[in-house]
Amino acid sequence: MSLIKAMEDMFLENPQCDVSTPVDVRVPVHTLQPVKRYLDSRNLQYSIMIEDLQVMLDEEQEEMDSVARDAEPRSTDAFDYGRYHTLNEIYSFQDMLVAENPNLVSKMVIGQSYQGRPLNVLKFSTGGTKRPAIWIDTGIHSREWVTQASGTWFAKKIVSDYGRDPALTAILNRMDIFLEIVTNPDGYYYTHNSNRMWRKTRKPNPGSNCVGVDPNRNWDAGFGGAGASGNPCSETYRGPRAHSESEVKSIVDFVKSHGNMKAFISIHSYSQMLLYPYGYTRTPVKDQTELHNLAKKAITDLASLYGTRYRYGSIINTIYQASGGTIDWTYNQGIKYSYTFELRDTGRYGFILPANQIIPTAKETWLALMALMTHTNNNPY
Amino acid sequence: MRLKIIIVLTILTGITGSPSITIRPEVELVDNKQRISEQNLVTETDEVVEDVMATGELNPNHYPAQRAAKVVQHYINTLYGSPFKVFHLHRVHSGNAEDVADSGRKYQLEISVQEMISNTSGKCSAEVFFSRGDKQHSPQVQVMCEELLKINTTKEEDAFYQHLKKNTSLLSAEYLPDSHGHIEPDMKPLWHLASVASSFIMLNESTQDTLFNMAQVANVTQLATESDQLKFEYLILLHEMVSQEIIRWKLLVSWCPPEGVKVLQMEKLPHCHECEKPPNTN
Repeated sequence: MSLIKAMEDMFLENPQCDVSTPVDVRVPVHTLQPVKRYLDSRNLQYSIMIEDLQVMLDEEQEEMDSVARDAEPRSTDAFDYGRYHTLNEIYSFQDMLVAENPNLVSKMVIGQSYQGRPLNVLKFSTGGTKRPAIWIDTGIHSREWVTQASGTWFAKKIVSDYGRDPALTAILNRMDIFLEIVTNPDGYYYTHNSNRMWRKTRKPNPGSNCVGVDPNRNWDAGFGGAGASGNPCSETYRGPRAHSESEVKSIVDFVKSHGNMKAFISIHSYSQMLLYPYGYTRTPVKDQTELHNLAKKAITDLASLYGTRYRYGSIINTIYQASGGTIDWTYNQGIKYSYTFELRDTGRYGFILPANQIIPTAKETWLALMALMTHTNNNPY
Repeated sequence: MRLKIIIVLTILTGITGSPSITIRPEVELVDNKQRISEQNLVTETDEVVEDVMATGELNPNHYPAQRAAKVVQHYINTLYGSPFKVFHLHRVHSGNAEDVADSGRKYQLEISVQEMISNTSGKCSAEVFFSRGDKQHSPQVQVMCEELLKINTTKEEDAFYQHLKKNTSLLSAEYLPDSHGHIEPDMKPLWHLASVASSFIMLNESTQDTLFNMAQVANVTQLATESDQLKFEYLILLHEMVSQEIIRWKLLVSWCPPEGVKVLQMEKLPHCHECEKPPNTN
């Protein structure tokens, strides 16, 4: 092979203009011998830095692959709470948390989604039978990713703080906490794999090519009234009848058979609000004053951490009229402390909140949750 | 005697659950006494049951004042926004509404607005007029702000402009931010530009029954131009809070530092029922 051809195939990694500065050259294998002969014949000094670049690249790839394989955390301590996770990662997290804390946490499957996914609820309990309980759900609207992420953080927070934080310990010594992290798993899967902006369930609607029902318009409270849509293509489609969605019916059945739920907190994003019933009517709830004052306390505590401002009030006054909503139904069932959160932010990023805000959001929200849960625990009814 | 009882029952049935009746609960007085004065972390206003058509003083925490204030944000961005200057509503301090003959409704607002890149905020006084009736116009806005609007971003704007003008290849990007809320630093000015351009649409489309935010830039492509302007074609997703709908708009946007942001063409795209997108690779 001619030297000129060989030189065409060489690649100068760091071209130099100055003759005394070394130059790094990458040489394809078929030109190796001609190049060596040329350098030797000219008495040009060289040293071999890397014998075989391909071997090095292969080793590096192997290492990267093995790191990826090991990316699944081995414990809830190794779980990255500051990242958004897939449905399977959250399911694994739930199982790990139960395995690590068998005396405090158990997993209940309260039903199945439309597409057959388990509706998992973590039960935090220190004993007793049908103790008065607090319910928290996140992710009922699948695109509100900071809520499922926060729910995961809350789960870990509960097991970390029990026995260490007096306030939480006091609550768990008398009450149970139920936490449903992915309340709409079909929707959540769809936001990862098809449409990040999906809100509803994934149940097809007969006679329409539009899919899904708004699970926060499907409850039997003011169902059929203004504040929801009868159009299956709408984001606020109420569904063919109240509790038509298994994701909703499962919670309804669970709450009714439990019979001792004292607080019900449903978490959404975004808008930075803490809301109490009603959404379907302007009639104030009987417990208006107490719920209003408790909301004020909760958001004051929330703001104490990073100064995040929340507005608060009834749904219908603060955000909009909405019928068939979750906490209107739970309140009407007699669960006095029924609240909805709308987490960060106020529209700058909206549903696509940067992952670096997950933990701050979860931390500040936790302070508000503690205010609600403490009050519930201290005011039995 | 029997007749009286029947009448009472009827009245009670009529009130329960009716959305059109405003009831002022007696508990309001109790609430006043129980009010604890806090530092101004939280606005201390009672939960007065408010009709959306209320006139006079508005509760700044309730949606009528908030929706009108959002319109002011959109307006400010259309006038002053740039790839390095984006305004966001921070807080509504007070609001007032009155009907104007048969033609519409006028809001007067005291708000705080924040410039997101320099992280400065300032107060503004604004008036928003929503017209009523057959001819639906976009809301009309007048606003006066403190020093806020005089933030100087000339250096950054000129540098960015020169950089793109000199670049032989045309920029393009998709999903700003990505599903995880991430935007590459190089792409941030294009995201800011989209926010400003969207503000023109959101301003036009706003009514007393809407609240718009830009949800995501689906894609942006820089177009070649002969003129001084930089030109971009955007596909933008807007989020409308009351209907919860995601509305897709195609925009043709031009920008250069002296002339600011202009929307040359806008097209509302049909509702995408099954908007499939490839999984977001991170």
